[in-house]
Amino acid sequence: MPARLSILIAEDNAADRMLLSTIVSRQGHRSLTASNGLEAVALFEQERPQLVLMDALMPLMDGFEAARRIKRMAGEELVPIIFLTSLTEGEALVRCLEAGGDDFLAKPYNRVILEAKINAMDRLRRLQDTVLQQRDLIAQHNEYLLNEQRVAKAVFDKVAHSGCLAAPNIRYLQSPYALFNGDLLLAAFKPSGGMHVLLGDFTGHGLPAAIGAMPLAEVFYGMTAKGYCLTEILREINAKLKRILPLGVFCCAALLNFSFQRRVVEVWNGGLPDGYLLRADGAERVPLVSRHLPLGVLEPAAFNDRYEVFPLQLGDRVFLLSDGVLEACNQQGELFGERRLQRVFSANRQPAQLFAEIQQALLNFRGELQDDVSLVEVSMVEEGSLNRGPLVFTGSGQNSPLDWSASFEFRGETLRRFNPLPFLLQLLLEVEGLRPQGGALYSVLAELYSNALEHGVLGLDSSLKRDAEGFAEYYLQRSTRLAELREGYVRFHLHLVPEAAGGRLIVRVEDSGSGFDGQAIVEQQLRVDRLCGRGLALVRQLSERCTWPEDGQGVSVEFSWSAGA
Amino acid sequence: MSAIHLDSAVLAALQDVMGDEYPLLLDTYLADSEERLRLLRQALHEADAQSLRLAAHSFKGSCSNMGAPMLTALCKQLEEVGRRESLAEAPELIERIEREFAIVRILFKAERQRYRR
Repeated sequence: MPARLSILIAEDNAADRMLLSTIVSRQGHRSLTASNGLEAVALFEQERPQLVLMDALMPLMDGFEAARRIKRMAGEELVPIIFLTSLTEGEALVRCLEAGGDDFLAKPYNRVILEAKINAMDRLRRLQDTVLQQRDLIAQHNEYLLNEQRVAKAVFDKVAHSGCLAAPNIRYLQSPYALFNGDLLLAAFKPSGGMHVLLGDFTGHGLPAAIGAMPLAEVFYGMTAKGYCLTEILREINAKLKRILPLGVFCCAALLNFSFQRRVVEVWNGGLPDGYLLRADGAERVPLVSRHLPLGVLEPAAFNDRYEVFPLQLGDRVFLLSDGVLEACNQQGELFGERRLQRVFSANRQPAQLFAEIQQALLNFRGELQDDVSLVEVSMVEEGSLNRGPLVFTGSGQNSPLDWSASFEFRGETLRRFNPLPFLLQLLLEVEGLRPQGGALYSVLAELYSNALEHGVLGLDSSLKRDAEGFAEYYLQRSTRLAELREGYVRFHLHLVPEAAGGRLIVRVEDSGSGFDGQAIVEQQLRVDRLCGRGLALVRQLSERCTWPEDGQGVSVEFSWSAGA
Repeated sequence: MSAIHLDSAVLAALQDVMGDEYPLLLDTYLADSEERLRLLRQALHEADAQSLRLAAHSFKGSCSNMGAPMLTALCKQLEEVGRRESLAEAPELIERIEREFAIVRILFKAERQRYRR
């Protein structure tokens, strides 16, 4: 027995009306009766019955017009209308259908048939009701989801835009909702004035693809600001993603470390399509090939942080892209692919037009716009031409310690694995007066440390770096010797003294190497070669004083400040 | 009772459906039918083929429901006449309908009294 319905009967013939009303009531429904179309419409409006039995030919307003009005009032809800008729002509039946009729019942009435029709219509009505409810529910969930995405995006934009994507040497293209395609683009200045840039592509879509972006960005910005190097950041991101992401969710990524002082870029690519090094003179296009598994796949012990180093000239550009470009698919099921991209590169004349040309090529290929494409291009520019904001510090800077000394010796194993710079920098930046010089301090310490490690401890010959081949050889030797390192040390002696109007920091760096004549090297480097000579010249330029003690062991630099400065 | 005037199977079914209200249904039908006949004559008088057709159609419907096959058939013919607008055939058909209704009415009155007892 189906639910009790309220049924409107519109029939001008009193005997037929009475008969129908009785049948319907006996079947357990509530019947409402009208003797013409006008009455029927008024009664429908007032009582909102769930089903209508409608005679076609009635005085005042016929059944066709009444049916049309009732259907209009019912709106999305299905109110089935069964036309009561002995009309046999096809044309009249068509009129019933056109007026919104759902079925017919012929005279003489048969109560079994009537019951069957009412039940069938009731099922249809409830089905429609369910569909409407579910549609509303889906719409509601969708609204909810979009709202969540808006909130997530707003929060994430705050995090992502804390970086330096707006720097004039960065050009990028990304859909505003790229985050929900799993695409992620981050850039941040290092304390030394260099720049880290990361393009990532998480597996999947929607919130699951976006969720890993937050911890990744946090690690990227936090560690970059503290002076950690590319490999340390990669290791930390990989370990963190491996720990928190479910199996099968990972991040294809490329990380670039730009040094404007040294004019090199370090590149690590794990699972992104080939990036390109585009020379300013257009002479060559060096592919930056993925040599690693994506981030978040390997256990920390198995992770490989080996990166490649490329010397750059002013105006050279590094180009990275997400797989949305290569995997764009046209209607024949073909992929856009590497070769089409290469053709765009070859045809490009104006670097500034490259992104637009890639987009146009995709549009021509697919016939519609592609919205999951992320492109980024970073140019090598003059050091100092970028206007970077001040370093950001946590902590209020009260109670800064002013009168102390400390010495550190980093030995064998530690030199292979540990980068002491962030550690030292954190310590020194507890001194409020040194903070305005944080960038210079970091650059100088980094330069002195790499000098002590590479030339003193590892005994590398920097004159190797005179051409690109030697450059590669230098870095090859560096990693081989570092891997074999058992002994040797680098010492930092930090000496902080208060002065009348501020204070002074004296840093002395020594190493286990055979010593060197710093002054001679500086003079030689100033003359000869720009790839390796920048280092010590830079130290002299950035620090207040730079001296080489008589014994030839190490180098000493000084920074001073005055209170209130 | 002649089955051509009133179908006793239909009456049995109506009685089953209507229960105590069966006599009321019969009364309603008879009163309504008088009104339909009046409308038929008026339409003929006014030579209004469309009204004639509608009245015949409506009368036909209730006659079929009430189990009066002969009357239903005559109404159907008249409806057709109205549709074809051949009013010349109408007077004779209406007269036959009135005669048939007179028989049906007597039979229904008897049915009603039989039921009362």
